[in-house]
Amino acid sequence: MEVTLRAGTTAAGAAPAVPVPSKMSVRSLNFYYGRFHALKNVNLEIAEKRVTAFIGPSGCGKSTLLRVFNRMFELYPEQRAEGEVLMDGEDLIRSRQDVALIRAKIGMVFQKPTPFPMTIYENIAFGVRLFEKLPKAQMDERVEWALRKAALWNEVKDKLGQAGTSLSGGQQQRLCIARSIAVRPDVILFDEPCSALDPISTAKIEELIEELKQDYTVAIVTHNMQQAARVSDYTAYMYLGELMEFGETDQIFIKPRRKETEDYITGRFG
Amino acid sequence: MVSGDHSSKQYDAELEQMRSRILQMGGLVESQLKLAMEAFETADVEKADMAIANDRRVNDLQLDLDMMVNHLIARRQPTAGDLRMVMGVAKAITDLERVGDEAAKIARAAKWLKEKASGFRMNRIPDLHQSGEIAARMLHRSLDAFARLDGPAAASIIRDDAGIDDRFRATLRQLITYMMEDPRSISSAIDTIWAAKAIERVGDHAKNIAEHVIFIAHGADVRHASPEEVERAVSQG
Repeated sequence: MEVTLRAGTTAAGAAPAVPVPSKMSVRSLNFYYGRFHALKNVNLEIAEKRVTAFIGPSGCGKSTLLRVFNRMFELYPEQRAEGEVLMDGEDLIRSRQDVALIRAKIGMVFQKPTPFPMTIYENIAFGVRLFEKLPKAQMDERVEWALRKAALWNEVKDKLGQAGTSLSGGQQQRLCIARSIAVRPDVILFDEPCSALDPISTAKIEELIEELKQDYTVAIVTHNMQQAARVSDYTAYMYLGELMEFGETDQIFIKPRRKETEDYITGRFG
Repeated sequence: MVSGDHSSKQYDAELEQMRSRILQMGGLVESQLKLAMEAFETADVEKADMAIANDRRVNDLQLDLDMMVNHLIARRQPTAGDLRMVMGVAKAITDLERVGDEAAKIARAAKWLKEKASGFRMNRIPDLHQSGEIAARMLHRSLDAFARLDGPAAASIIRDDAGIDDRFRATLRQLITYMMEDPRSISSAIDTIWAAKAIERVGDHAKNIAEHVIFIAHGADVRHASPEEVERAVSQG
């Protein structure tokens, strides 16, 4: 879908148009945990092959928003979403597609590395087998390709038979990224991917995110504002379930439009 | 905007310290310029020496402030209004230090003129006197706008810079006339040109500081902007 990305309509008004095609469109999205109204009329565009960061204090709804993107909320009957999340024109919330297919298109990497209790090789191959029947040679190629993309190949190529859990935290996180990439998604969601990692592993993941956006659309939730400033092209500031401000990352970090955003990113919060 | 209320009170204190230190530097440079202009117009060598000596204190403050800026960037990674404040201060430091240099140049020109005693009262050229007054006033107002982060006041300073430039050209024309009439005046006239140029540069630095104020207060970079663009920038929040 060729649309011009336009920053979400917030109380500050619509931001100027940016000439980048939109991959996902969030329209009038409301989300409820039972009676708790967790997302309030969120509207925004996620730009294709760009990195969009979500920042905001704990409980602001940024992780909730990410979880709506790949229908993670369906696991819990008391949770419901209203509005639209369009990807390439199709509404993900109402889609009749198999949730597993949606999640193959929209991969997710979590705060704590979650390798399966399997070998490094099987961690990658497992997801691929759900969707494709590949001969051994092709599967080997796919595993190598994904591990290379995740900048992990050189570190694990001689020990693909070892347990995924034997790797360091940073390597495990890259293994999880490789696992997401292996099923060839369009979008990768990162929910606090570095909060359990040391600075060097963090730098590697950030470098990887920079490379991933050549091929994928990336959305990242982070508590680390400097990380959002480093890795993202667009930044969304959320507070109490509302999208307070959305714009280009330089604009948000140099001249935010709203005082609430300024207060948060300069550390004048609470 | 660039007020206290950070969760870190220490951060508040560091920003405030930087802000008050640059205003202190501004005050020092202002009095140095005043002293240099008086020395020039009254051919007072003692005042000229004081103005020249003052430069060392200005240089010390420059180093001190640069260190504060480095510290704030390294330790606090300032963003938004804080970032603009730190960047604005970093640039204003350079402008103020240069104004100090220009004041020292005016003071040196005063001493040379006095030594030559060629009888030409070039230090009394009305246009030169006026541009000195305008430059001093611009500097004062730019520091005032800095203290209050007053964008509209800063915009009016930018407009005034043209006045100094006009008077600089008028001074040059007058000095050229002197030199053509009497070649013996050339040496003194050149000393006076140095002073006139220094005054004109002070106006430029005051204008630069005003532009930094607009960047800090409004987030707009108006360094190469038209007068209309400057007005637009300060009329927005």
